[in-house]
Amino acid sequence: MKKVVILGGGVGGTIVANQVARQMNSDIKKGTLEVTVITDSEQHVYQPMFLYVAFDQVIPGEAKKPEREILDRHIKMVVGSADRVDQDKKTVMMTDGTAVPYDYLVIATGSRPAPEQVAGLPEGGHLFYTEEGALKLRQALHDFEGGRIVITVGVPHKCPVAPLEFTFMLKDWLQAKGLGQKTEIVYTYPIGRLHSLEPVARWAAPVFEDQKIESHIFFNPEQVDPAKKTITSLEGETLDYDLLVAIPPHTGQDVIGRSALGDAGKWIPTERTSLRMKGSEDIFVLGDATDLPISKAGSTAHFEADVVAGNIVNLLNGGLGSIRYDGKVFCFIETSLTKATYITFDYLNPPKPSEPTEMVHMFKMAYNRLYWLTPAGLL
Amino acid sequence: MADAVKIVDGRNSFCPGPLMELIKGIRQEPVGTVFEVWSSDKGSANDIPEWVKRAGQELVSNVQDGDIFKIQVKKIK
Repeated sequence: MKKVVILGGGVGGTIVANQVARQMNSDIKKGTLEVTVITDSEQHVYQPMFLYVAFDQVIPGEAKKPEREILDRHIKMVVGSADRVDQDKKTVMMTDGTAVPYDYLVIATGSRPAPEQVAGLPEGGHLFYTEEGALKLRQALHDFEGGRIVITVGVPHKCPVAPLEFTFMLKDWLQAKGLGQKTEIVYTYPIGRLHSLEPVARWAAPVFEDQKIESHIFFNPEQVDPAKKTITSLEGETLDYDLLVAIPPHTGQDVIGRSALGDAGKWIPTERTSLRMKGSEDIFVLGDATDLPISKAGSTAHFEADVVAGNIVNLLNGGLGSIRYDGKVFCFIETSLTKATYITFDYLNPPKPSEPTEMVHMFKMAYNRLYWLTPAGLL
Repeated sequence: MADAVKIVDGRNSFCPGPLMELIKGIRQEPVGTVFEVWSSDKGSANDIPEWVKRAGQELVSNVQDGDIFKIQVKKIK
């Protein structure tokens, strides 16, 4: 019996599992193939919803569904914590001592926010990348009566449009609350423009000017002083704040470090078109877990998952597994509480953002509800 | 012995882009590491040296090799 094991029950891992199971359904029924998902949570979380939780537009329960309900019923689901991947024995060792052997392994472990990498940030700042963080920020915004809000961005981070989205939504939210005149919004960014994507930065610059949003470029957060309410960059600039909201630096998962598969940041060296782990023929990597210089975003994991699933099905059927990933990424960009735009790009073609519209915003709102069809492998 | 050079392959990276990849490397690797950023974006030949100066790191070299810009940076603090 062939064994396909997917380590990670996020969007990428779940898509791979469902697509392989659906396309190889007869093999699973015959008992010649087993597809297993290892996940550390029974709940599947649609993380982009936490942005809306911070503004009290949705509640956390709307961002979660049981992973078992999303997975094809022929897929085996193991809920537990993976200790390490043993490449020689082709096995995932679990912390409870059990072993999950594989013929093909898909590593889809994602990333985690690491605010602790910036001294003082966990105590002095807020984030909206976790349920707990989004709820705390929701309360802080609810209690906010005016002042100086600083938005800061660590490297690397997932969802690269989130800093801009949060800033624009905050501006709109403050206006609606009657705090627009009592609040200064200060946006900082690690490199020499407002966004890593040059066309997006060019589009955002006049919007910032129009909305009177102060910006500080070449600002990499290094230290926060929660008592004095200041943040200092590694470039040596210090800013005062009344409320600090961070897009924190991210790190790969500890299981990658324990398995010695990653670099110093626990990102796995990955071949950029085959999505195989470098030096391996039977391990695929997708989503945030890779060291690829592309956006850490759900859509990246989604498009990569299509390639990985296609290659695994191809290999199981005697092919060579040579379907290639072209670097495709798609992102909605919320530009206020009522309008949005979108970008799409790949390794060769840069994005071209268009004028924000209410229609794109409404589509994004609809997608937030339709999302569950994505990990199901249907959308 | 010359320091081993760590390649940061930022070719065809629109987002996060070569400079953000370098910042990631500088944050996670030890002092003394020499990075060579590969970029297919000519803007990197200006942006990276400017950030290196602001961040107090050392620009080792900045050359064009065909269509690729190769910028070496040493982490000194």
